[in-house]
Amino acid sequence: MEDTIAAIATSSGISSIGIIRISGENAFDIIKKIFKTKKDNFEIKANTINYGYIVDEGNIIDEVLVSFFVKPNSFTREDVCEINCHGGTVIINKILALVLKNGARLANPGEFTQRAFLNGRIDLSQAEAIIDIINSKTDKILKESEKQLKGNLSNEITEIENTILDILSDIEANIDYPEYDVEEVSERKLREKVEEIKNKLLLLENSFETGKILKEGISIALIGRPNVGKSSVLNMLLKEQRAIVTDIAGTTRDTIEEYINIKGIPVKIIDTAGIRDTKDIVEKIGVDKSLELVETADVVVLILDSSSKLNKQDIEILTKIKTKNSLVILNKIDLNKEITEKNILDINSEVKIIAISAKENIGKEKIEQEIFNICNINEVISENEVIVTNTRHKDVISRALNIIIEAQNNINENVPIDIISIKIMESLKILGEITGKTVSEEVISKIFSKFCLGK
Amino acid sequence: MEYYAGKYDVVVVGAGHAGCEAALATSRMGLKTVMFSISLECIANMPCNPNIGGTSKGHLVREIDALGGEMGKNADKSLLQSRMLNTSKGPAVYSLRTQSDRKKYHQDMKHTLELQENLDVKQAEIVDIRIEDGIKKVVTNIGAIYETKAIIIATGTYLKGKVFIGDVNFESGPDGVFPANKLSEALNRIGVELRRFKTGTPARVNRRSIDFSKMEEQKGDETIIPFSFENEEYKKEQLSCYLTYTTGDTHEIIKKNLHRSPLYAGDIEGVGPRYCPSIEDKIVRFADKERHQIFIEPMGENTEEMYIQGMSSSLPEDVQLDVYHSIPGLEKAEFMRPAYAIEYDCIDSTMVYPTLEHKEIEGIYFAGQTNGSSGYEEAAAQGLIAGINAALKIQGKHPLILDRSEAYIGVLIDDLVTKGTNEPYRMMTSRAEYRLLLRQDNADMRLTQKGYEIGLISEERYNKFLNKKAEIEKEIQRLKTTNIKPNEKTNNFLEKYNSSKIEMGMKLADLLKRTELTYELLEEIDENRPNLDKQVWEEAEIEIKYEGYIKIQQEQVNKFKNLENKKLPQDIDFLNLQGISLEARQKLDKFRPLSIGQASRISGISPADISVLLIYLEQYKRGKNNE
Repeated sequence: MEDTIAAIATSSGISSIGIIRISGENAFDIIKKIFKTKKDNFEIKANTINYGYIVDEGNIIDEVLVSFFVKPNSFTREDVCEINCHGGTVIINKILALVLKNGARLANPGEFTQRAFLNGRIDLSQAEAIIDIINSKTDKILKESEKQLKGNLSNEITEIENTILDILSDIEANIDYPEYDVEEVSERKLREKVEEIKNKLLLLENSFETGKILKEGISIALIGRPNVGKSSVLNMLLKEQRAIVTDIAGTTRDTIEEYINIKGIPVKIIDTAGIRDTKDIVEKIGVDKSLELVETADVVVLILDSSSKLNKQDIEILTKIKTKNSLVILNKIDLNKEITEKNILDINSEVKIIAISAKENIGKEKIEQEIFNICNINEVISENEVIVTNTRHKDVISRALNIIIEAQNNINENVPIDIISIKIMESLKILGEITGKTVSEEVISKIFSKFCLGK
Repeated sequence: MEYYAGKYDVVVVGAGHAGCEAALATSRMGLKTVMFSISLECIANMPCNPNIGGTSKGHLVREIDALGGEMGKNADKSLLQSRMLNTSKGPAVYSLRTQSDRKKYHQDMKHTLELQENLDVKQAEIVDIRIEDGIKKVVTNIGAIYETKAIIIATGTYLKGKVFIGDVNFESGPDGVFPANKLSEALNRIGVELRRFKTGTPARVNRRSIDFSKMEEQKGDETIIPFSFENEEYKKEQLSCYLTYTTGDTHEIIKKNLHRSPLYAGDIEGVGPRYCPSIEDKIVRFADKERHQIFIEPMGENTEEMYIQGMSSSLPEDVQLDVYHSIPGLEKAEFMRPAYAIEYDCIDSTMVYPTLEHKEIEGIYFAGQTNGSSGYEEAAAQGLIAGINAALKIQGKHPLILDRSEAYIGVLIDDLVTKGTNEPYRMMTSRAEYRLLLRQDNADMRLTQKGYEIGLISEERYNKFLNKKAEIEKEIQRLKTTNIKPNEKTNNFLEKYNSSKIEMGMKLADLLKRTELTYELLEEIDENRPNLDKQVWEEAEIEIKYEGYIKIQQEQVNKFKNLENKKLPQDIDFLNLQGISLEARQKLDKFRPLSIGQASRISGISPADISVLLIYLEQYKRGKNNE
């Protein structure tokens, strides 16, 4: 019998509620010891959510909702309960400690999924989507993972598989039944089909970048001289977000990373806060230090004070950020205008410029939209599009794509169809790593459903 | 009245293509063998197509030959026509096929068996198998009891055979021979479960009643390439095959009379193959297809019987006649034997190990159609492997299991024993994932060493093989090191064949890799070319021309071998493995895979199960080390 495991199911520091999941033979025994409802004779019913308190030796720890799933109708196919408590690391960890104290073991990373796996609850591609849910930072990712769970990616890949199967069964029927009147696969048809397969795979592969943004977020570095209004801009962006602010030691202890959520996409802002506060050091560290900090950012946002002329430092930064995705914010447009857009474009013709006033709270929408534009993620957020978010899925798709490209080259080199066919079959086999299909049976079934063959 | 008739090392039940290879293998490996057939006139009979080889089946014949089997040699003796198919589609799928003289094939094989040392050939029906205190005995219909160490069951379509022609049906083996009715019960008694499969064959028509002027003639190749690596190429006068087509009338007649087919009436319970659909099946399943091909094949040199490929049927004879007569050239076709469907007992092939020994009954082997396959070549391949393994086990040696990267035979047997089959199984090239390595031309390079080690390849042939191998190596080296100068002669040559000119010296091998150039063409600029056997230079050419692709497949094979070489101990209690779903445990327990690789191919075994199995195997190994 498997022992009972427990863990915090929500990522730390993202949401205002936390979930602790318990799974295994003793899950209900454990919860009964620490969960109190108003009823004296509380009974566990499957698929119910129950209001009550987590209690430790008579002391109430938190007000919670607990849901029950009775085996085999649960995620792990074991008895499972989930405690929905208030967010905040202290409370969650206290409750988890209580659960562990009462007989559960702390789950290893991914162990719930592994159990779900081993108990036949989920297949390979779904399992990865669940892992993604665990790691996902915002609701957007949750949606994406859900979509994947429902087989959206599976459907897309199945469609590609069918296209491959179609051409493959034609070729293989030609090979296995050379004397039958199965139309020979023409070079043109072969080229067309392989091109079609390649394009479909390419689309999926490209979606991974978007998927990665959805999952890991965009990182933005805010740079600029002191007093240009960096903190005001930051505060404007943070407004209404009530995002969790964490101190994370970066390359320097002076860096502060703050998370905000723009239209469902997690955005990490690397703020050069420390530099802002220690004027003496700014002189020493200067432009190079700023650029070093922004090295890892997806987008560099340079904030300029439009009421003060461009100085040497500004010009140097403007020149250096030419190679990055960058945005210039002209702050303080409510004051005298000393910098024109032309002044900036003369130095860096590629940079985007937005004029705002953080003080008057003008331009927040524009900044957000421009960040999206720069990252090219405007159109990707349509609901129906399939986006690859999982690294392994991406790897499979890329490998299949590479083989297809090889096959395409082989066609151009007049390599015998037999070898091209082996390549195409290989791509199908690779995709099977996601869908779990066995290639040779699929091909043979297709051949005999399509063609009338045999003596 | 029963009597004790003697003792053999191996008893082979059945003398079809599987039985013949099995009996020859065990006797050639030095074991006293007896083979039984209900009728000695049916040894190595071809009750269906009078041909050997074809796509992927030709590969099997080459492999049988490379291991020291008989089918290739026998087919070479009795050929009426020979063709190498698929020559434009790449080296891996070149497929040799011959039309055979059915009677001569039978006679030659029968004679070979009769001359074989250690082998007795007897006409009798085996009606019982007895296992008492580990001693195995077979009993004939006339009461003779033979004691033996191993029994190879190769009963083909004879086992409780039942023939269907329309509403007429009767117990029968193929070609009007008695069926083996009692052996099924005997097998049940010793614990072998049986199931029903069915197959069919078309009518045989008298050549004099066919109008060939309405058909397309199909001639053989000019040069005959033999199946056996021991034989040389030669030229010979060959018989032709003919092609004709069904018509709209054919389809009408069949549709009107479908209700008279026992298949559609539900009288036949056996499962038929997709690979050999009856003509009524074709019309029903492919209603849109306007016409179907019909090939007319000669049955032999000394007979007027012609085989009508594509027209197998279980319709009543009167309907069959109407159907055949609706086909151009067959208007006056005179039936000599009608088409029929035949239903027979066979086993679930997942009940045998890759050695073809039954998993629960030690010393009993199954081969050929009895295992649920279809085709002479598939049968022969299994017969050979069953025979070899029965002999190796008696000799106390390691079994011979060919894996999927070594031979089509390996693919065939692995598919049968690991995946199982719901219909008579046919070999196909698309089933072989490493087919660029499993070519028909290199079957000897892949397998003859093994054949020699087992004792089926003579010292003489082995030395010839070693010599050939060395010559191929030498020629590959020569091609890779010979420099071709960028002179006028070279560039004129290249220009002639639309190949780009060279400005610097180039290795002959690099020129050979160009698609437009071949070994034969390059002779013009290859001044010091040695005089080599075609088998040698052809092999060298393919190895160089497709070197890159071969290398990629070789790498895939290495990965495959990694799991294949992780052998599972046979005392594993699969049912009690922790962390694997019950379904997977039951599957593993039923299939008893020999390696992690084989386990991974069982349907229903997930990658997670395999991870757990790997962990278990590691634990097991550590436990053993600590003991």
